[in-house]
Amino acid sequence: MSTNKTPQTLFEKIWQQHVVAAEPGNPTVLYIDLHLVHEVTSPQAFTGLRQKGLKVRHPGKTMATMDHGIPTTPPDVPITDELVIKQINQLETNCQEFGIPLHGIHSPNRGIVHVIGPELGLTQPGMTIVCGDSHTSTHGAFGTLAFGIGTSEVEHVLATQCLLQTKPQTYAVKVEGTLGQGVSAKDIILNLISRIGIGGGTGYVFEYLGSAIRALSMEERMTVCNMSIEGGARAGMIAPDEITFEYLAGRPAAPKGKAWETAINQWFALPTDDGATFDQEITIDANTLEPMITYGTNPGMGMPISGLIPDPDAIKDVSERQTLMKALQYMGLQAGQPLLGQPIDVVFLGSCTNSRLSDLRVAAQLVKGRKVAETVRFMVVPGSQQVKLQAEAEGLDKIFKEAGAEWREAGCSMCIAMNGDQLQPGQYAVSTSNRNFEGRQGKGGRTFLASPLTAVAAAVTGKVTDVRTLL
Amino acid sequence: MEKFTTLTATLVAIPTENIDTDQIIPARFLKVTDKAGLGDNLFCDWRYQADGTPKPDFVLNTERGKKAKILLAGDNFGCGSSREHAPWAIMGYGFQAVISTSFADIFRNNSLKLGLLPIAVDKETHLQLLSLVEEEPTTQISIDLQNQAVVLPDGRAVNFPIDNFSKTCILKGVDQLGYLQGHAAAIEAYEANHADRVNTLAR
Ligand code: SF4
Repeated sequence: MSTNKTPQTLFEKIWQQHVVAAEPGNPTVLYIDLHLVHEVTSPQAFTGLRQKGLKVRHPGKTMATMDHGIPTTPPDVPITDELVIKQINQLETNCQEFGIPLHGIHSPNRGIVHVIGPELGLTQPGMTIVCGDSHTSTHGAFGTLAFGIGTSEVEHVLATQCLLQTKPQTYAVKVEGTLGQGVSAKDIILNLISRIGIGGGTGYVFEYLGSAIRALSMEERMTVCNMSIEGGARAGMIAPDEITFEYLAGRPAAPKGKAWETAINQWFALPTDDGATFDQEITIDANTLEPMITYGTNPGMGMPISGLIPDPDAIKDVSERQTLMKALQYMGLQAGQPLLGQPIDVVFLGSCTNSRLSDLRVAAQLVKGRKVAETVRFMVVPGSQQVKLQAEAEGLDKIFKEAGAEWREAGCSMCIAMNGDQLQPGQYAVSTSNRNFEGRQGKGGRTFLASPLTAVAAAVTGKVTDVRTLL
Repeated sequence: MEKFTTLTATLVAIPTENIDTDQIIPARFLKVTDKAGLGDNLFCDWRYQADGTPKPDFVLNTERGKKAKILLAGDNFGCGSSREHAPWAIMGYGFQAVISTSFADIFRNNSLKLGLLPIAVDKETHLQLLSLVEEEPTTQISIDLQNQAVVLPDGRAVNFPIDNFSKTCILKGVDQLGYLQGHAAAIEAYEANHADRVNTLAR
C-alpha cells in the first residue's frame, strides 16, 4: 500500500485514512468507524438530535451498552436507584427509536464498554473509535485511533459519523527489556505517568513501542493504553501484530474468510515505518521496573512499592508543593514514610483497566490457598458478563469466594462509585482501577492504585505489601 | 450556544492545580438525563459540609462568588474524565470563562463547543490575577474574544490562544455541528470511496 513515501507513524497513517475534509484554518473533519455509547454521557446527545430533527447516520457503526450506573448485585435483586432506572430506560428508548444495537441490562454481552468492544471483535486495527468516555484510549491496543469525547461530540458523531479534530502531536513511549516477576503491564503505565505527570501527554497521542510492549498479551496492552489519558494523552496506540490477529480471529464481529485475509494484509501495513519521527519520546527500562503504587490524589503521584512518600518541603514550586500537601492531608499520610505496611479496608479488583479474564486468572492464582484478611472487604467485579461466565467456567469464582472475596456482576462498580459500590469516608482501598482522585471511589474514600497482583497481596495481608514476597 | 464577544466581570479563585472533573462535578451527579441543576453541585465535595449545608467560607457560597462570571483556577484544569457535565456545571453556576495556565484536552474541547471560554495565560499573569483577587476582590477584568485579550485593571492586555474556528463559532453563537452538516457531500463521497474497507461495519 504505502510505496516509497515519507515514513509515517501508525497514528499518521490512520489519521490520513480518515480525513474527510481539511480546510485551511479549520479543524479536520475526521471519519469515525465505530461509536460506542453508554447510558451516562449519551442522553443529552439524543435529546439534541430530537430537538434538531436529526437521525443517526449509521446505527450499524454505533453500539450501546450500560455499565456506569448498573448495580453489581445478583440479577434478581431489583434496581432501586430511580435515577439509574431512568438512565437505563432512556438508553433503551433512544436505541430503539434510532435503531442502535444495544447490549442492555439482560444481555449476556453486557459489560464495561471498553471490555466488550474488543471482546465482540468490534475493535479492529486501523479504525477510528470514539465514545463519550475518556478511557476509550483502551482500544488503541489494537492499533486504532481511539479517544474519549464529550456529549456535544457524541451528538456530532451520531448525526454525521464525523468529528471535528485538530491534529494532535505524537509521543513515542519506548519500553525495552523484560518485566521481572510480580511486575505487570499496570506497573509500566503507572511508572510512565509518575514520570511525565498527569499533564505530560496533553496534546499528544502516545505510541507504545519496544520489546516489553511486544511481549504483552492483548489484555495487558489494553491495560497500558487504557491509562494513556491519565498521562494527559487522549489516545495511546500499539501497532497490531500476530498477537493482535490471534486475539481477533473468530470473534463475532471480526472479518471472516476472504475478508479476513484482506484485512490482515491491510493491517500489516499499519505499523510505524522505519525512520518515522515523533514529536516527543521517552524510554522506560522494563528490567528495573518494580511493582508501582500511588500515594496521592492523582495517578501521577505514584512510586515503586518500596518507595517513601515524597516530602512537600523538598519541592521548590509553590503550587506543586501545595498540591502534594493537600493530597497527603486528604490521604492521611505522612511525608517520608513508606506505604508498605499501610493497613487497608477495601480491595477492588475490576474496572476497564484490569477486569479481563487474564487479570482474574492472575489474581485467582495468587489468592488460591490463601484467605482474605479479616479486616478487608475484597470485591471482584468482572469487566463483562462474558468475562464472568468464562471465569466461572474455569472455577475462578470459587477460588475467590472460598478465600472470602465477593464475586459480583459485571460493571464499572467502585471504579466510579455511581452504583452504590463505594468506599466509606476515610477508608483506604487498593484498587486496580485508574483514578485516585478525591472522592472518586466514594466521598472521603482514599485510593491506592496498583496492579491486580499488588491488590491481591493487600487483600490477603490486610496491608500494602510487596507482592514479590508472596511469589 | 450563546454569543460571546466581550465580558467585564469580577473573578473568583480556586487556585488548586490539577482540578479533575470528579472535583468539578462528582460522578454521583452524572445520573441525569438533562443538563439542568448541575450548577448547584459544582465543586460539591469542597463546597458543602457532610450534612449538606454550604461551607460559608467556600468562595462559591459567598455573594462575591455568585456575582463572579470568571473562574480563576490552577494549572491543568479539567483533567480526568470526558464528562461534559463539568462545563455544564460551571456554566450552570454562572461562569462564562475559566482562566488557568493550562487545560486538559477533552475539557478544553468540550468547553469550546459550549461557548465556555478556556483562557490559558502565562504563569506571571496568573499570579498577578491571583493577587488581584486576594487584594481587591471587587475588581473587574475584561475579556475581549475578538482580540483574544484579557484586559487587566492597569490596562495591560494579555493575549490568549484560541483556534480560529472555535473563536468564530463562539463570536457568532453557532453550534459546531452546523459546520459538519455542511460537509454532507464530502462525507458521502468519503463513504463511497471507502466502501470496500474491511473495517467498515454494517452499513
Ligand atoms: S470502569 Fe471506570 S474508568 Fe472504565 S469506563 Fe467504567 S467508570 Fe470509566
